[in-house]
This record gives sequence, structure tokens and C-alpha cells, in this order.
Amino acid sequence: MMFDPNVILRHMPEIMSGTAVTLALWITGMLLGVILGFIIATLRRYGSPLLDVPLGLIVEVLRGTPFLIQIFLVYYGGPFIGISLDPIPCGLLGLSIYAAAYYSEIFRAGYQAVPHGHFEAAECLGLSRLQIIRRILLPEMALIVLPPSVNLAVILLKESAVLSIITVPELTTTVSAIGSQEYAFLEAIFLLALIYWFIVEAAARLGRAAEARLSTYRFAAP
Amino acid sequence: MTFKLFNLLVQASVWTIGISAISIVIGFILALGLSAALLSARKLYRRPAEFFISFFRGVPLLVQLLLIYNLLPFIGLNVPSIVAAIVGMSLCTAAYQAENLRGGFESVPKGFIEAADMAGLSPRQIFMRIKAPIALRLTFPALVNEAIMILKSSSLVSVVGIVEITRMAQDLASSTYMPIEIFSSAAIIYLAICWIVAMTGKYVERSLPGAVK
Repeated sequence: MMFDPNVILRHMPEIMSGTAVTLALWITGMLLGVILGFIIATLRRYGSPLLDVPLGLIVEVLRGTPFLIQIFLVYYGGPFIGISLDPIPCGLLGLSIYAAAYYSEIFRAGYQAVPHGHFEAAECLGLSRLQIIRRILLPEMALIVLPPSVNLAVILLKESAVLSIITVPELTTTVSAIGSQEYAFLEAIFLLALIYWFIVEAAARLGRAAEARLSTYRFAAP
Repeated sequence: MTFKLFNLLVQASVWTIGISAISIVIGFILALGLSAALLSARKLYRRPAEFFISFFRGVPLLVQLLLIYNLLPFIGLNVPSIVAAIVGMSLCTAAYQAENLRGGFESVPKGFIEAADMAGLSPRQIFMRIKAPIALRLTFPALVNEAIMILKSSSLVSVVGIVEITRMAQDLASSTYMPIEIFSSAAIIYLAICWIVAMTGKYVERSLPGAVK
């Protein structure tokens, strides 16, 4: 079994489309997860305690069970309660909810880490509520929230490979299909690993650059 | 959803727990070596360890499992799929645990080591009595976290045909047409296992020397 690079060239369009689906699912899932996670964290902090308990329970369940089981529950269980989703929307829904649970915990830690004295100081200086949120709370939170968020982003990208099990046409599905079609499964999986490795390294570098840029705020928030 | 079905899932959890526990232990042993290489002053040791860790942390576990499952027979090792699963999970967790351990060893205060040196301890004694205990103590919470991650990730070995909780749930769901009940039960079993590990971890951590009471 010798590897023939022409196989890759011949299947380039499929590999590109698989990569595009993976990137699109990852970025949309992450954005929805950040928004939903922020809403959950905010409700848990400033909403009624009646809301905090059930939300906390849901977050714990999502964080304590495998992503694959959650996906199976939505994909195979959904039709029984009238939610029949195609693989792609199902995968996006699953990824967003999973991401939201973890992001909500990151934001919760972010809320807790902003010292109360900073709000008092801002109030004493006569800043309005909106100014306090925009100038004090959010920048200080961003600083605390960014490193674990970058970490989570990388985890989500890798978790998205699991969606191949419910036949979402993403990178893993596409490349392993090419592998079986060309009788070169091992080579295909190796190529797959390299593509993921490349994307993850690129994402991690981008994240570190963002952290370095944002850390100029550190003067204001020691 | 009968008791019998639930019982089948509980029985399958032996595989989930077994594979995870073995992988964590093998991964820990590998991580000790890897973290030593990472902390080495020589690039000859450091570079390969960094390469290994970057790869196993940069590639999805599912892809690693598929790679190892297909690679082992190719290089002439016809082993049962359970071995491939354990090899894959061990290598993956080794990479994460090595990073944790490196962080732990780096956080041992310099003053402790200098003091031990002044007190006339040999480098071996310094490692065994000062560095290793403090580093292991510091990284214990991360180890418990990693164990929980591996328990959850072990659901992926269902793709190489091992009938642990997830695979059993899949088989039962397709034969009984009760996916909601079956997958929810599987989720509850995973939650229970993770909860027990987390609680045990907290208990052990409190009883370790130097705990914050």
C-alpha cells in the first residue's frame, strides 16, 4: 500500500467542502454557544434564584455527560417528540448547546472575578450604569474570559469530529469516505489528522495573539 | 424502559470504567516520562515530547482512535480492538497529563529546592522528597478533571466496536425503539460515574497533606 498523492488532488473539492462544513459548524456553534452561555451566566447571576437552580442543573448535566450521548439523544430521540432534524441542523444544535454549558461556566467565573471595589470606585467617579458595564465590567471580564474561551474553542473544534457519527458531511465523514472509496483508509485518516492538527494550531496561535493584544488592559486591572 | 434494559447499561459501564481507569494509569506513567523530557534542558529530549503533545492535543480523539485502530494491523500488530482503544486513549491522556505535570513541577517554589540543597539533600532526595510530592499535590485536581474527561471521551471507543455504555445504548435503542429512555438512562449513568469520581477526588484532596481546610 503506497500512498498516491494524486488521490488527494483528485478529491480536493470534497476535502475543501468537508473542511468548510467543519469550520462553518464550529464557528456558528461557538458563536451561538457564547451568546447562549452569556445569557445563562447573566440570568444565573442577576435573575431570580428560582432560575439559578434549574439552569445550574442543566449545565451540570451537559458538562457531566458525553457529547456523543447528547447528540444521539437529539438525533435519534428527537423524532419521537416531534423534532426531526437533518444531520447538519442537529449537529449545530447539539454543538451550540454543549458549548453554551461550558461558556456559561467561563462567564460565571468572569463575573465573579471582577472585584466589587472596581464598581464602587466607578460609581464614586460618577460613571453611569451603562458606562460601568462598557468601560469596567466587560473589559475586565474579557481579560479573564479569553484564555479559557480559546481553550474551549479548540475543544469544540475537536468535538465537532464526533458529528461524523451522525453522518454530518464534515471533514471526518468526507475524508474517511474518500479513504474507503480509494482503499486507502489509513492514509486518509492520517491526512485527516494533519488537517485537524493544522487548524487547531492555527486557532491556538490566533487565540494567543488575541490574548497578547488584550493584555494591555492589564495595566488598568492588575 | 424496564429494569432489565437499565441493568444492561449498568453492566456495560464496567467496560467504560475499566478502559478509562487503565488508560488514566498508563497515561500517567507515560506523562511522567514526557514531563521529564519537557523540563529537560536538552532540545534532543524536549522537541520530541513537544511534538508528541502538540499532535495528541491537536487531533480529535475520534480521529486518533481511527488512526491507531487502522495503524496497528498495518504495522503487523493484529490486536483486539480493545487494545487499540486503550492505546489511543492512553496516548491522548498522556499528552494532557504531561502538560499538567509540567505545570506542577514548574510551580514548585525555587526557595524550597534551594533550602533542600543547603540542607545537604542529594539531587535524588530533592526530587523524591521535595519536587515530586509538591508537584503531584499541586496537580491532583487537574488529574481528577482529566479522569472525568477521559470517562466522557471513552464513549468514542464505541466506534471501534467496544460494547461500553454508549454502544450498548445504541444497540438497545435500535432494537427497542425507545431512544429517549435509553439514551437518557445512559446519560444518568455517565453523570453518576462522573459525580462519584469528582466526590472521591474532593475527599482525597481534603485528606492530602497541605490541603486548604
